[in-house]
Amino acid sequence: MNDKFVIGGHEFSSRFILGSGKFDLDLIHAAVEHAGAEIVTLALRRVNSFSGNILEHIPEGVTLLPNTSGARNAQEAVKIAKLAREAGCGEFIKIEVIHDSKYLLPDNYETAKACEMLAKEGFIPMPYMYPDLYAARDMMNAGAAAIMPLAAPIGSNQGLATKQFIRILIEEIDLPIIVDAGIGKPSQACEAMEMGAAAIMANTAIATAGNIVEMAKAFRHAIIAGRTAYLAGTGRVLDRASASSPLTGFIQE
Amino acid sequence: MEKINHMQYLPDMEILKDSDIGERVVNAMQNYDASFYTESDVKHALAAEYLTPENFGALLSPAAEPFLEEMARRAALETHKHFGNSVLLFTPLYISNFCENHCIYCGFNCMNKIRRARLDENGIRQEMEAIAKTGMEEILILTGESRKDSNVEYIGRACKIAHEYFKNVGIEVYPMNTDEYAYLHQCGADYVTVFQETYDSNRYEQLHLAGHKRVFPYRLNAQERAIRGGMRGVAFAALLGLSDFRKDAFAVGMHAYLLQRKYPHAEISFSCPRLRPIINNDRINPKDVHERQLLQVMCAYRIFMPFAGLTISTRERAGFRDHVIGMCATKISAGVSTGIGSHTEEETAGVGDSQFEISDGRSLQEVIDAIRQQGLQPVLNDYVYI
Repeated sequence: MNDKFVIGGHEFSSRFILGSGKFDLDLIHAAVEHAGAEIVTLALRRVNSFSGNILEHIPEGVTLLPNTSGARNAQEAVKIAKLAREAGCGEFIKIEVIHDSKYLLPDNYETAKACEMLAKEGFIPMPYMYPDLYAARDMMNAGAAAIMPLAAPIGSNQGLATKQFIRILIEEIDLPIIVDAGIGKPSQACEAMEMGAAAIMANTAIATAGNIVEMAKAFRHAIIAGRTAYLAGTGRVLDRASASSPLTGFIQE
Repeated sequence: MEKINHMQYLPDMEILKDSDIGERVVNAMQNYDASFYTESDVKHALAAEYLTPENFGALLSPAAEPFLEEMARRAALETHKHFGNSVLLFTPLYISNFCENHCIYCGFNCMNKIRRARLDENGIRQEMEAIAKTGMEEILILTGESRKDSNVEYIGRACKIAHEYFKNVGIEVYPMNTDEYAYLHQCGADYVTVFQETYDSNRYEQLHLAGHKRVFPYRLNAQERAIRGGMRGVAFAALLGLSDFRKDAFAVGMHAYLLQRKYPHAEISFSCPRLRPIINNDRINPKDVHERQLLQVMCAYRIFMPFAGLTISTRERAGFRDHVIGMCATKISAGVSTGIGSHTEEETAGVGDSQFEISDGRSLQEVIDAIRQQGLQPVLNDYVYI
């Protein structure tokens, strides 16, 4: 089956994106190997914090997705994106604009502005956003290559708290919808994939697992299972049992 | 010497007429009665998903002392959730120990006959170069509190030099006006730490006999001026033990809580300095801050504001510091030497004396090794200056 995941003209076969904020570099290797991730996000503010060049630490065949974490408005996001490009991180950029230190919820308005500015600068913007249909449309029109709605507050492991709104984005937006933030368990990743999400991004769920390698494997299987189910077309699920004696059986003519 | 009124601003001090944060913090503290809380209040607080100030008060109370283990577990969970296994590293650099204040508990106070020194630009550069060579990427610039001997321009020059060598520059200097914070921000500083020492204004008045620092409300509003000046983050602390530490810790939490609500983008962090109890003191003071109480305060801060940074002081011993990182602390100093010029002078004491004795003199590499041994990840920089 040729089921490629395409963003901004680039093809990937894995639908798992690994966040690296809470990982040690050694663990990135393990997680990439066992979760099969081909895309790893990295905060630019962390790029220089490892000895040597971060690019040397990223396993072969893995695409680096720098993020603008630390940006409080669109202008700051653009500045950080340009620094990332200068550092050799490529054209992909995950836009994160956060103006709240408590819940770290993304600011959709500034994010849409950043999307437009970065697309014009030749970047491939992937905005992290709060699942709002209008904002997602604005981002798409501004040149986003994918939409990355949050499932729950970042790091919360609360699962698909925004499920119904993500479902709307999947139905209405003609771009890959990547569920980002809040996914705490493989079963939740599977559920999002069954719904038609194009990919899953996770970090905390694996970083804080008892056994990182095993949890990475579990995510890999869950995402594949969810995707396969989506492609297969999930069976009809009725919300009440079908009556064995039809209510209309009395009709004679 | 005639004492000035500690509640009255001096002529050059900016007054935030439109802010009531300071007043609200002091009121909240005055209404806080730690003896009022029961075991049931503590259990309730520990079960709450998001804590109210009332829950925070319960965790700081004597009733919570038997629940220290539960608090530590909850704190560790929150730290893990919000910071993963990252632990940030920084080093403080004292560039001047001249002080014009008379704070009776402090080694730098202007009445103490200590060796005073102030690094010139060359000296600052040499010290910073020596620190940067160890691999450190974040620096905290400190001075004694003297506008005369270390004026804002001098601190600004230090920030500019620091900006060349480090990715993140913080300052812990005397409180100043909004425009001065804005100037230091332009010079490369992005983090302001001000210890209120105590939020009990009567006690504050008894301890701070003279100098700018004597003016209680001006200090109390420093963080708000810093945020308005464009600083990314602010840090809060009381020197626990100067007054009733539970009340002071409650005030610190409320101060951070109220400012974060007013300025949701501001990054918040806590420090936890304490006066050490005198061991073998016959008159055991129930208000003494032993390690147990210190940990209670730290865990309460963490559980109340799980997203906030928490720095563990070099005043504490290595064994304590190594255990609180990952549990409630997220930031730890290393390669610390509190004398002036002590990173480059052959004599480790430097040319100017220290403010206090440190209890953990480990180098950056030693602290990194200790962090790794806990299964945690040492992070030298998590920051980009914009």
